[in-house]
Formats: sequence, structure tokens, C-alpha cells
Amino acid sequence: MHAFEYHKPSSVADAVAALGKSEDGKLIAGGQTLIPTLKQRLAMPSDVVDLRAIAELKGIREDGGAIVVGAMTTHAEVAESDLVKQAIPALAALAEGIGDPQVRHRGTIGGSIANNDPAADYPGAVVGLGATVHTDKRTIAADDFFTGMFETALAEDEVITAVSFPKPEAAGYAKFPNPASRYALVGVMVAKTGGGVRVAVTGAGPCVFRVPEMESALSGGFSADAVGSVKVPADGLNTDIHASADYRSHLITVMAKRAVKAAGG
Amino acid sequence: MAPEGIGARLQRKEDKRFLTGKGRYTDDVNRAGQTFAVVVRSPHPHARIKGIDAAGAEAMPGVLAVLTGAEAKADGLGGLPAGWMIHSRDGSPMNAPVHPILADDKARYVGDPVALVVAETYAQAKDAADALMVDYEELPANVALDKATAADTPKVFDDIADNRCFDWELGDKAATEKAFSEAAHVTTMDIVNNRLIPNAIEPRAALGDYDSGTDVITLYTTSQNPHVARLVISAFVGLAPEHKLHIIAPDVGGGFGSKIYVYNEEVLCAWASKRLKRPVKWTAERTESFLADAHGRDHVTKAELALDQAGKITGLRVHTLANLGGYPSLFSTAVPTYLYATLLSGQYAIPAIYANVEAVYTNTAPVDAYRGAGRPEATYVVERLVETAARETGADPAELRRKNFVREFPYQTPVIMTYDVGDYEASLDAALKLGDYAGFAERRKESEARGKLRGIGFSNYIEACGIAPSAAVGSLGAGVGLWESASIRFNATGNVYVYTGSHSHGQGHETTFAQLVQSWLGIPEDQVEVIHGDTEKTPMGMGTYGSRSLAVGGSAIYRAAEKIIEKGKKIAAHLLEASEGDIEFKDGKFTVAGTDKAKTIQEIAFAAYVPHNFPPGLEPGLEENAFYDPLNFTFPAGCQICEVEVDPDTGVVEIVNFTAVDDFGTVINPMIVEGQVHGGIAQGVGQALLEGCVYDLESGQLVTGSYMDYCMPRADNLPSFRLGFTTTENPSNPLGVKGCGEAGAIAAPAAVMNAVTDAIGADIQMPATPEKIWRALAARGTAHAAE
Repeated sequence: MHAFEYHKPSSVADAVAALGKSEDGKLIAGGQTLIPTLKQRLAMPSDVVDLRAIAELKGIREDGGAIVVGAMTTHAEVAESDLVKQAIPALAALAEGIGDPQVRHRGTIGGSIANNDPAADYPGAVVGLGATVHTDKRTIAADDFFTGMFETALAEDEVITAVSFPKPEAAGYAKFPNPASRYALVGVMVAKTGGGVRVAVTGAGPCVFRVPEMESALSGGFSADAVGSVKVPADGLNTDIHASADYRSHLITVMAKRAVKAAGG
Repeated sequence: MAPEGIGARLQRKEDKRFLTGKGRYTDDVNRAGQTFAVVVRSPHPHARIKGIDAAGAEAMPGVLAVLTGAEAKADGLGGLPAGWMIHSRDGSPMNAPVHPILADDKARYVGDPVALVVAETYAQAKDAADALMVDYEELPANVALDKATAADTPKVFDDIADNRCFDWELGDKAATEKAFSEAAHVTTMDIVNNRLIPNAIEPRAALGDYDSGTDVITLYTTSQNPHVARLVISAFVGLAPEHKLHIIAPDVGGGFGSKIYVYNEEVLCAWASKRLKRPVKWTAERTESFLADAHGRDHVTKAELALDQAGKITGLRVHTLANLGGYPSLFSTAVPTYLYATLLSGQYAIPAIYANVEAVYTNTAPVDAYRGAGRPEATYVVERLVETAARETGADPAELRRKNFVREFPYQTPVIMTYDVGDYEASLDAALKLGDYAGFAERRKESEARGKLRGIGFSNYIEACGIAPSAAVGSLGAGVGLWESASIRFNATGNVYVYTGSHSHGQGHETTFAQLVQSWLGIPEDQVEVIHGDTEKTPMGMGTYGSRSLAVGGSAIYRAAEKIIEKGKKIAAHLLEASEGDIEFKDGKFTVAGTDKAKTIQEIAFAAYVPHNFPPGLEPGLEENAFYDPLNFTFPAGCQICEVEVDPDTGVVEIVNFTAVDDFGTVINPMIVEGQVHGGIAQGVGQALLEGCVYDLESGQLVTGSYMDYCMPRADNLPSFRLGFTTTENPSNPLGVKGCGEAGAIAAPAAVMNAVTDAIGADIQMPATPEKIWRALAARGTAHAAE
């Protein structure tokens, strides 16, 4: 790890100010990606601005028809939240399946979606449940937020404050974990929402994506059989030592069926 | 039997410090004036080192030294030796170039140490290491094992034309060919034994501490065999004479064979400390463990089994290509030869066996011993062959084995080993019962009803442990003897130190050895302190590997205890005014036969150190040293039965039952032994289903260089094991023990793969990843397109 200046502001405004003054600053949330890359000297920021002391970024609350999760809420807090378990059990289940207990007690939803690792679970939830990302500047619809591998719509100096998840009628998440890292080789979130059925796939491609063919099939009848014959082509899917694009393509259909079943379909 | 002696499930004495964070590992040791070292490693699999410009790095803050191969050469340092000479079929000695401490002319794998940077702080050393300018001329790399000997493959060593270390054979080729020509059935398999990365929980570390007053170098290091490290660093590297080299292997967090081998970094820290007259510490980052710990296994084998009409095995033949990586190392040449082909008879009476092993160099990390070392590879070949032969001939796999078991002992195999004792049918029958083999067909139906594919597989392993009789290994090419030493020292107040040349890095010797002393000398185990891992405390030692600590190290303690009793009888005879021949020793008491006149061993110890009225010729003190050289290898054997369920939608394997019945001879602490079996099976399951070291064949880079990609077994990959023991006491050592450390890892891969291939009806290679299984099912047309 190289030396850097460390800041621990107590408000979003102070965090943005510290970031603005730095030459090459980085925000740190739970640090589950940044700390390892710092230790490997792959990241060498001049300043690290720690968001942990900012109270306004924490906590889970209900707001109208949505569950609002503060950006600095840990995966363990989401998994254990009675509010989440009651309103969107699929979201609690997803959070409970991220990494291991150590990761779940450090990693945060804001950090995860800002990083947009193609194999992370949370992008599947945000897109699949049709969530809205709140920042210190604006609100961004899920479909507009994730723009590519490790890329989002966030500006350099923009800070995620919360993610609001509209309560679905039903939702289910099924994940095929990478046996080594336990990231998603394929994760599928299926949700029946006021705005229609949504199917989001994470882990399989360079960035989370929706599957319109599955969504329309499920709109016709919300059952596992409805998606059983829908296959996402292997073209453009990821290939690595753990799974080829063909195998991922196959797993998308299997996981989609399991997600529908988990959603009661 | 004393309640806490031999046979007791005594909780491990050492766990108090390990579980409360009080263990003292090499990296926990800090010396005044300590400096920090970082190893600069080759980023290329194969490159000529045209020059190293150290000026910039040397000028950086805090930097004390930048050492390269040139300095090592100037200081007259030798290299790391291969400790076992193998001769090729044509009689020529193996090609085993010296492994330099720092690569001088060429770098031969990604991670090959090229320079050492020493600085006042770790961060300064790291910065300077990043800044060091090494001028590499990248060369095409030799990465694929099956192409290593091809004419156009790049040469790891310029003067070894075909990258071959040796082309060795064992067994009767003509007799084996005859058996195959007359066979009623021949089973042929292509078998890959996947390369593994050891992953001890404690990364390797070394701390050199030179004392210019005494000219002694003290080296704290993560070693399984500190005395062997001293011998190698002294006699081969030539850094210091043995009496000026003090090696301490304190608490060591797991070895699995990977800490047998004497590594560059240990020598570098000792050498740098002497040059700088300051303590020098190096601790591996986990990435370095992946890149530069000695890897394990890595065989490609063609294996054949011949059977007659009645299902009797008549011959076995293998050709194996074994990967040695970029350099020969300490045991690496013995692993695919005398620790492998000598076990190819398995538990079976096979009249003719022939093995041909070619060992080759590649531009990958050196390969050496890893839990089982050669014996897992042998068991995997034999047990996959036998199970497959049973399937091909329509025989029950248990019954085909039963028909071919060795039943009379001693049994001379066609491949050197003489099995001294065993009862393979007893462990098979016990396992069939414990694993409810009879109920398998019902369980398979029940799985099918749930849409799952169920399979069952056996592994009836044998291993040669208690390594090893010095005369035997010497005749086979070993450069050392494989005895063990022990001392027992009584204090005046009656408690005891046991000094052993064995080294515990998780095995629980401090408990097991104390139980032995309790049983033999009547000293309560909590008054027995077991000391190991320090060349200035234990007189001599050969260390821990090959499941040898109890069979060889424990037997040395036994011999020392015998001497203690002998000496105690002399003192007791004096104190009790009887003749020495009339003194009996039992349960900690010396008694005059046929009387109630007695002295406890504690009273004898006190008298030994307060000899106010000893007659002339009766030596004070109660301390004895003994060496023990075993009569034979030991032959633990047993039966594992694995049952799996495969999800045809995903190819995921779940192990639903796992039964292991082992014959380890006498068991000293069943709880510790069961723990060893659990850990061994976990590693075997890891090899079968999860672990596989992958180098990119184009770039030579290690793809599985972190836990993100290298998959270790975890609790949720494993079932609760059903364990049992059968016992034939070992006649070849005074304890009747055989060794238990490696059995699980030796047997489990075959059991798991036999079960997986049974479930899916197709043969695949390890690791049996979900995608491989899904593809095999798809090829057979039995994969579900989706549920």
C-alpha cells in the first residue's frame, strides 16, 4: 500500500469538498474492493475519503411504497432487516448470499453499486426490482445507472446517498456462485412489479442486463415453465476459467426458473 | 491403560495458545534492529536476465541492500539441491541442475526470485523493489506439460535438450507385456492428476539474525524440518558450518509438505543478515504463496489394467509424465518415482507391474511433496482403474476388489515394497456396513425421484508411511538417512521434557507424545513438555512428512523411555538395596519383585539429581537420548466410500455420504486421528471437485493466483464424515502404529471421482467442475435442457 491522505468527514458536503480538493482522491465505503487493490498497489490514490462517519448515509426506512436503504448500509444489515425481510424478502436473501460474514459486515450497498463489478449481486437487485439510486445531486433510474463494466452514470464527484426499492408484488433471486470467490457466475432477479415483470441478470455479462423475452413470457403467465424455453444467446457473455459463455447462457435459464419459483411462480 | 495415556481422546494441549491468539509464528518474532526484505520476482515465465540496475533502488530512502545473483556468486553461495538421485532407464543419472538462490542467467517461472531488497521498513523495501530495474529478454515459454519434451518446445535449461530430468522405469516390462497379451479384459484410461497449490494458512516467512560476536546465524523459519534445513543451508549452500547455524521453526501454521523444501527466501534472509549484521525479515504475501510455494501433483498418465476371465488382475502398466516445474527441488525427484510407482500394487495381488515415468521441467513453479506426495497419484491410478474395470466387466466394485486383495503377509509386491501386515477385507466390510452399501440402490431411486443423479465410488488405498528405513531409501537414491531422534529429560521435581526431531505444524504432537510418556513412564501428561523445532534444543532430527512422526519419532521416544527405565532401575536398586535384576517397572513405580518395596519414578528422578550417597559408577541425572531407524515403511490402508448427488441442471455435485474406515495400527489419540482424517478428506475433495492450478498456456502467467480463482474446499462443500477404524498392529515398530496424516488426501480423490463418474455415466478429469459435468451430461444427452 502506498501512503495517502486519509479523511473522515461527517457530512456528504464535507466528503465532496475533501474529494474536490484532492489531486486524485477516492471515496471509500466498506472497502471490500478498494482495500485489496490498495494493498496490491493497483490503486494509488492521493487521498482516501472515508464515508463511514456520515450518519445520513446509514439505515433502512420505509417511504411510501418503497424501502429506502442508505448507501452506507452493510449487506448484513439489509439481510437482517425485519423491514426488508417483510417487504422484499428476495432482497434480504440476496444480501445474505453476498461473500462471507466478514464481507457482509463491511461491504455496503452504495460501495457495491458504485463499483459495479460485473459479478456483484446488488446490480441484479437494483435493476431487477426497478430501484432508484439517490445521489447528492439527483436521482437516477436503475436502468440508467449501470453503464458498463465497472462503469456507472455517477459523476466523479457524485456521492450515492440511498437506493429506494419499490415494493414488488413478488420477487425472487437465484444465484449460481463462483465456487472460489462466491461472486455470481450467474445471478437472476425476477420481480413482478406495478410496472410489469422485470428480469435482471448479473454475473453473466460485462454488466447487469435485462431479458425482455423472459419478461414478456412471464407477463403472459408467471411460472417457471414460462422462462424454461427462453435462452439468452452466449454471444457477448463472459468466459473465464470457471464458466464458458455457453454454460453461463444455460445457467441463466436455470437460475431464472429458480428465481421465478422463489418468487412463488 | 492409564485413562489419559494411549487411546484417550485427550484435548489438544497446544490448542489453548492457538485458539487464544498466543501462538508464536515466525512473523511474530521481532529482533532489535530488524530490517525488512522484499523479494523481486520475475514477471515472466522465461526470460534471460541481461542486467540489473540497482543504483536507483539503492539510493531510495531506507534502503540497506539490493542483492542479486551476482552477489550470491561473489559470496560463493551454492544452490538448493535435489535430495534424491534418480537414474534413467539407460543408467544415466538424472539431469538436475543446481537451483540458484537468485536467478542469475535466466528466470524460469513467474515468481522466480531475481533480487532481494532490504530496507529499514517494509514499505521502503517495497518501494525500492518496485523501482528496481531488471532488463529482461523475454523468451518463449514451455508451459504445457504434454508438450514439454517436443523438439520445438523452449528449453528451461539451455543444456537439457528435451527438458527431461529423467526417464525412469520400475517393474518387469516383459512379464507385464505378457500379462496384457494374455488378458481376457484390458481397461485403459487417460488420467490427469491436477496440479495443486498447497495454501497453508500461515504464509512462509523467514527471519535471519546474525550475531557477529559468536558468528552464529539464527534463522527463524516456517519449516517442517529445521535440522534438514540446517544441513542443506550448510552443506549445499555453504552459507555457514552447521555449528554456526541455528534454525528455529517456531509455531508453524500448516505445511502439507510445502514447508519441507528449503526455499530461496530462507537462505536469502540468513545471508542478508550476515552481510548487513542486522536481523532481516521476510514474510510472504499471499500472492507470493500462490506463485512460489512448491506446488503439488501434476501428472499426466496412461494407465492400463489387465484381468483374466475370472476377474483376477493379472497386470498393471502406466506411463506417467510428471511435471517438476522450473527447477528440481528437495524431494521432487522421489515423489513421482519411489513414492509413486512403488505403490501401484495397491491392496491387490498383481503378478506383473510396469511403470515408466518421465519427469520434465517446465516454466512453472517448482513441484514438490504435497500431502501424500506420489501416493495419492498412485492410489488415484489404481482405484480409478479397478472401479472402471468393474464397470466394464459388469462386476460389483467391492467384490472385484475383494477377489484381488492381498491376503497373506508379508507380501512382496513386484514394485519393491514388502507389505508387513494388513486386513483389507476387514476395512472393506466395515465400510460397506458403515456406509450402508446395501441400501444404495434404494437411495439412488429416491434421488432419481427428486431429479438428481446419485453415484457411489470406492477407494481402497494403501500408502507407504513412516518414512523410512535409511538403508532402504539409501539404496534407492536418497541423499540422507530417515531416522529420528528423541531425548527425555527428567527434572529433579519429577516433571519431564521430551525433545523430538519431529516437527508439529498442526499435528498435535505436544499432546500425542505426552500421552505416550504418560503410558510408558507414568508421568501425567500435563507434566510432560514436548519441545521441538529448534536445532539447539533437540539434538538431531529429520522432521515431519510422510506420516512419520509417530511411527519413527514416537519410536525414538520409546527407545529413550526404555533407556530411562533401565537407568531408573539402577538407581532404584541402589535406593532399595536390591539387585538391579530384581527391579520391575510398572505404572510409574520401581518395585523389588515380590515385595512391596517401591520408589516412584519421581523419587528416582529426585535422587538422580541429589545423589548424596550414590556409589561409584552410578551416574547422576535422569536424561536419555535415542535414535530410531525403522525396520520397514508402514502400510496404512483402508476403504473410503463416497456417495454423491449431481444436479443435472447445473452439474453441481453434492457429497451426500462419505465413509472412511482406516487401519492405522494402534491409535494413540482417536480425536486427533479423526481430525487428521477429516482434514485429509477435505483436501482430497478439494482436489477432486474444486482445486486446480491453471497457468495460461500462452503467457505462462498463473491464472489461479488468488482465492478469487483458486477454489479451496469449505465447510459447505463437505458432509459429516462417517469414520471407523480396523486394526492390525504394525509389527515393524515398537508402538504398533502406522501413521494417519496423509490417508484422507491419498484416498479421497479416487472415491469422489468414482462416485461422480458413476452418477454421470461418463469419465472426466479432476477437478470435476460443474461445467465439465454439465458438458459430459450434455454429450450423453442426459442433461436437462432446463428443469
